[in-house]
Amino acid sequence: MIFEWLHPFLIVTALVLMVIGAVRRVNLWRAGQSDQIDLIAGLMAMPGRYLHDLHDIVERDKYMSKTHAATGGGFVLSAVLIILVHLLGIDSQILAWALMASLALMFVGALFVFKRRLNPPSRISKGPWMRLPKSLLAFAGAFFVLTLPAAGVLPEGTGGVLLTLVLTGLIIWGMGELFFGMTWGGPMKHAFAGALHLAFHRRQDRFGAGRSTGLKPVDLSLAHEVGGVLGVAKPTDFKWNQLLGFDACVQCGKCEAVCPAFAAGQPLNPKKLIQDMVVGLAGGTDANYAGSAYPGKDVGNAKGGPNQIITEGLLDPETLWSCTTCRACVEECPMMIEHVDAIVDMRRYLTMEKGQTPNKGAEVLDNIIATDNPNGYAPASRTNWAADQNLPLMRDVKEAQVLFWVSDGAFDMRSQRILRAFVKLMKAANVDFAVLGDEELDCGDVARRLGDDATFQSLATRNLAVLSQYKFSKIVTTDPHAYHCLRNEYNDFGSDALNGVEVLHHTSFLNELVQQGSLKLNNFTGGKVTYHDPCYLGRYNGEYEAPRELLRSMGIEIAEMERSGFRSRCCGGGGGAPITDIPGERRIADMRMEDVNTTGAELVAVGCQQCTAMLEGVVEPRPQVKDIAEILVDQLAEELH
Amino acid sequence: MQPKQSIAATDKDVKIVSLISVGKHPQSGRVRRADQDSRAVELGMKLLDTGDSTRGDSLVVLHAGDPKEPGLRGYAGMGLNSVRVLELDPAADAVAPLGEYLQQFAPDIVLTGVRAEGGESSGMVPYQLAEKLGWPIVPRVADIISVEAGVAEVLQALPRGQRRSLKIRLPFIASIDSAAQDARQSAYGPASRAMMDIEVVDSSTDQLRESWSEAPAKKRPKRLKVIKAKTAAERFKAATAKSQGEGGKVMQNESAAEQAQAIFDLLLEEGVLR
Ligand code: SF4
Ligand code: SF4
Repeated sequence: MIFEWLHPFLIVTALVLMVIGAVRRVNLWRAGQSDQIDLIAGLMAMPGRYLHDLHDIVERDKYMSKTHAATGGGFVLSAVLIILVHLLGIDSQILAWALMASLALMFVGALFVFKRRLNPPSRISKGPWMRLPKSLLAFAGAFFVLTLPAAGVLPEGTGGVLLTLVLTGLIIWGMGELFFGMTWGGPMKHAFAGALHLAFHRRQDRFGAGRSTGLKPVDLSLAHEVGGVLGVAKPTDFKWNQLLGFDACVQCGKCEAVCPAFAAGQPLNPKKLIQDMVVGLAGGTDANYAGSAYPGKDVGNAKGGPNQIITEGLLDPETLWSCTTCRACVEECPMMIEHVDAIVDMRRYLTMEKGQTPNKGAEVLDNIIATDNPNGYAPASRTNWAADQNLPLMRDVKEAQVLFWVSDGAFDMRSQRILRAFVKLMKAANVDFAVLGDEELDCGDVARRLGDDATFQSLATRNLAVLSQYKFSKIVTTDPHAYHCLRNEYNDFGSDALNGVEVLHHTSFLNELVQQGSLKLNNFTGGKVTYHDPCYLGRYNGEYEAPRELLRSMGIEIAEMERSGFRSRCCGGGGGAPITDIPGERRIADMRMEDVNTTGAELVAVGCQQCTAMLEGVVEPRPQVKDIAEILVDQLAEELH
Repeated sequence: MQPKQSIAATDKDVKIVSLISVGKHPQSGRVRRADQDSRAVELGMKLLDTGDSTRGDSLVVLHAGDPKEPGLRGYAGMGLNSVRVLELDPAADAVAPLGEYLQQFAPDIVLTGVRAEGGESSGMVPYQLAEKLGWPIVPRVADIISVEAGVAEVLQALPRGQRRSLKIRLPFIASIDSAAQDARQSAYGPASRAMMDIEVVDSSTDQLRESWSEAPAKKRPKRLKVIKAKTAAERFKAATAKSQGEGGKVMQNESAAEQAQAIFDLLLEEGVLR
């Protein structure tokens, strides 16, 4: 080659700039709040997390997983070898051949990236991302040619000035994107931030088949500090590793594609939300965002900075209040970003500092505070629904095998039918159970999702204090939201009331009873049935099988919806969304009912009173909606005596 | 329309005091911010919110009782920096110390609820204060439209959603009706952070009250209205029309002396005056 010194010089320059960029980026993240994370352990675990947890999600899209493995793997290997061969000048034909092989692998991968981008689906971002496959090709191609002499394929010094210039141009472009761009905010940033995000993830227990879905409690002592802020007002109020997580986004739009609020035309797009957080942490505007907007809002008007209030210029609060906390986005995100936590963190500020919970929010929270139920009914009327049920009260019996957590469904006439059905089933199976009666309080789910963590914590501690007085080995509830709180979110309050207690959803419990033979069932003959997975049972708690097994035990062959199991579409009832009621173009429940309709089912089985209410709110004619307990009770074989 | 009287220049700063008491939730009996009192605070905050930063209008939210009372935090959470508390035994009579305080502080407008949600709940406090201060009282106010040149334009709430517009010269006391605008949401952070600005005052125990026992109020049974309507339209009218007071007369054109005489005669007749 003619300019011997040129390419090593360029490589060094690119690498130095990359390091400078990395330091700057790290400092942006470090502006966030501290979080207890074992840095070393995280880094050690990172490769494993990449290969298992992250890859498992990417693997759902086979095309992309192979493409990424080739491109990403090829690039990492090539980068190391480039340093050895071209920078340190190690004269080894084996290394040179290895480099050429890895570059070829990367090149092939990049071709597939290129192909996917020829006709990209609307969910993925365009802009700089359309440039990326070309940059990858430039990088791999140029270094391939550059390595030919070292591999002995071409004699040293082949090529004239022209070739050198062309190669140099391509190398600058390629390295500009892949080294420089990695830490200075280009699309390749995802590799740098993504790797560290896996290492320092806010939910370390998400990895290795773990399941961590509970929100983290707010430190309420901040409420007594002058200048203290509850929740997240500014980007720097996030934990530093949350900021890092936002930076890992690849703008693939998988979250956008599954978001029920986005589909309903409400002003929320989880991808844009994460990108706005990036704008916030780095400072600037969203003018360069090249993906779908929040429905009904234009791109380009959002402005933010690390120390600016997010809801004053960067985000419309309506965006935050549109979320149903269904976690569909979190489940799909290949970068394992935690959208819901970020949304609730920001809601906490709006509710606990600004007092701006929209629509019925303030009223519902006031009711919960004053009466421990969202509708403001007299606390002493909580057990009125069971006046004719003769239920044993824990206060009297002190001890029972099963504690039946009734939930606020006690106040709602439709939900009472589910409660009665479940009681009848338990009685039929001779279960030794008792209820808390008026001692039970709202579980705190709605308060927490609406951002009022103070009220959630108050309810949780008071509920735990009541629970700790009694002995039971299982808690069973028909409400997945209460189930989730009891099982995953009550652990943070230093109570041993639930130590050794199995928290179960009624479908899991009933399934045990049926499998043990304690409940005899007739076959169901009522036509085609489909099953709707409640978010808080499925995605939050991983219970997909028990309800299905129960249905099968009645001889039902489930006509599955396209979006079922972990891909289930929300009914629209979670996260306080029906209370904050942000207008859209369609109703989420209507869209879910369309999903039901495409299966041709005459009955949709659910396992949640909230889903029941939402789906039954769809105008008729529509399939019937029944809780699994209600279906079971109708099939209960009468014992002959 | 009468010409505007100029008691105060338009640009005089307006001093507002909202009186607050400890409320009680009707279903749970739990302590809370009282509904009407928090509307009084809301109205005070709204009046201050002129958008004109050169004005020095002020709102003092005032309570007489125990500064540690958690119910007061509900008001603070509306975004108050501080709540002024005249510290006294909650069982003591609050009217005297409140009256003295107001006399000294000399606000332009005092806003209260119509009646407290607990205790005597007689609704007498605004009247007693008005008597003590020698100010007019406007009961059941739904809104204050404007304060201009020392005169406030006030909307009074009448039954069935009707409103009466009044012009009142400052200073005055207004009791706030449940028809006034809802109080804004109370937020936990500001509620916990607000300062209790305490002033210890002398008070005398309410001797009479000590001998009373308290019980939850019961709704008085309502006399059934027998409606003899035959058509739906008549029933609708019967259900919505304002009940006309019977007897009485409207005196619009008589001289002021005649009108006063008529009132005097009525009061004698009813035994109010003896
Ligand atoms: S947040 Fe996750 S799913 Fe959504 S665009 Fe970014 S990487 Fe893709
Ligand atoms: S949790 Fe559900 S509603 Fe909220 S942003 Fe994610 S997908 Fe959309």
